[in-house]
Amino acid sequence: MEKHITAPITKEIAKSLHAGDYVYITGTLYTARDAAHKRMYEILQEGKELPVDITNQLIYYMGPSPAREGRPIGSAGPTTASRMDKYAPQLLDLGLGGMIGKGKRSKEVLDAIVRNNSVYLAAVGGAGALLSKCITMSEIVAYDDLGTEAIRKLTVENFPVIVVADCQGNNLYETAIKEYAK
Amino acid sequence: MRTINVNEITKNVKEMCIEANYYLSPDMNKAMKCAALEEESPLGKQILDQLGQNLKIAAEDMIPICQDTGMAVIFLEVGQEVHLEGGLLEDAVNEGVREGYVEGYLRKSVVNDPIIRENTKDNAPAVIHMKLVAGDKVKIKVAPKGFGSENMSRVFMLKPAQGIDGVKEAVLTAVLDAGPNACPPMVVGVGIGGTFEKCALMAKEALTREVGTHSQIPYVKELEEELLSKINGLGIGPGGLGGTMTALAVSINTYPTHIAGLPVGVNICCHVNRHVIREI
Repeated sequence: MEKHITAPITKEIAKSLHAGDYVYITGTLYTARDAAHKRMYEILQEGKELPVDITNQLIYYMGPSPAREGRPIGSAGPTTASRMDKYAPQLLDLGLGGMIGKGKRSKEVLDAIVRNNSVYLAAVGGAGALLSKCITMSEIVAYDDLGTEAIRKLTVENFPVIVVADCQGNNLYETAIKEYAK
Repeated sequence: MRTINVNEITKNVKEMCIEANYYLSPDMNKAMKCAALEEESPLGKQILDQLGQNLKIAAEDMIPICQDTGMAVIFLEVGQEVHLEGGLLEDAVNEGVREGYVEGYLRKSVVNDPIIRENTKDNAPAVIHMKLVAGDKVKIKVAPKGFGSENMSRVFMLKPAQGIDGVKEAVLTAVLDAGPNACPPMVVGVGIGGTFEKCALMAKEALTREVGTHSQIPYVKELEEELLSKINGLGIGPGGLGGTMTALAVSINTYPTHIAGLPVGVNICCHVNRHVIREI
């Protein structure tokens, strides 16, 4: 089913998304990948506050290529989500709305999605040029020194994703593969 | 003896890094178009169409095909009759990578140490494989490798008794484990034989073979075809979201090995299987 949503996302929106839905997102996304997650994890360990309020936000696992002059961003496709599995459950428990990436997630993450009425969305891996066209603004908001791995606030328009794991516990990666296995 | 200044190597490596990241090679382009026609899953077809559009946008608007512009893997075949002047060959290659990644708006994805992990900010150094060959030419293959698929690659040290069936099982296991993480439709490079490191290197080099061509060894060609068909029967499909186009090609290289061993390297590459080859 094709859906249009705005981000940040409320729990009601997250609950309305089902594995297999094709979703266009308009609004705000935050990027973070390996190094930014490690820092956020360490900050939380120290009992300090995260550099951005993640409540209801969508984190896009992405580190862009450099932007050419006059453009908001370079190539901007998803990175493999499983490398963030160690950190994701805690962020979801703290109110993170959902995640955009590609690839399998751990049981701990999938359980945290169900527990928190969250969602895991996949963008098409290796479509970084196409996806960059849906990003109208990009601004580094934390960890500038990490370069491509800095936390960026993105403004997106009709950013295309597919619901992989929903809060009912469905996982498209597991069901879709069975349909076409010979 | 033919003299080549290493500046020539730098210039070519620079251009090849840029070319590889903005334009998919003709063989890969053709394979992607065929896959879009053959895919049975509607969602899979939609994803392949998006990837087709992505390639068009990348070339027309000069946006890298994928944001992971890779770690530069470079194969050099240096003719024994070549005299290189002007500096060290390895330095010249790394300089080409630096210039290509900085001037070409490519992502700098290399960290200086695997544990300390500070970005080198110019994507150097490259991983360089050098071979001395006959003649007075230098052949350069530039294959920037993304790590979504690299992370899903494997080495299996099989027992000789496991034979060809063991090899098939190893390849299918690696592909199934890789699933959506490796950005299918993928290209699967396999190295059979040699030693621990030799099989991995053969698998890597197999990825630079022209997609659609096969091994000259009859049983290896058959194995490539059989494995491609079996991989596409796994159901993983484009983006790992189900379908019949999981791999575009399986390329296998072999080498003599030890009486006690059957090493198998499986190097998985995403659909952005970048390779540019030039001869100087």
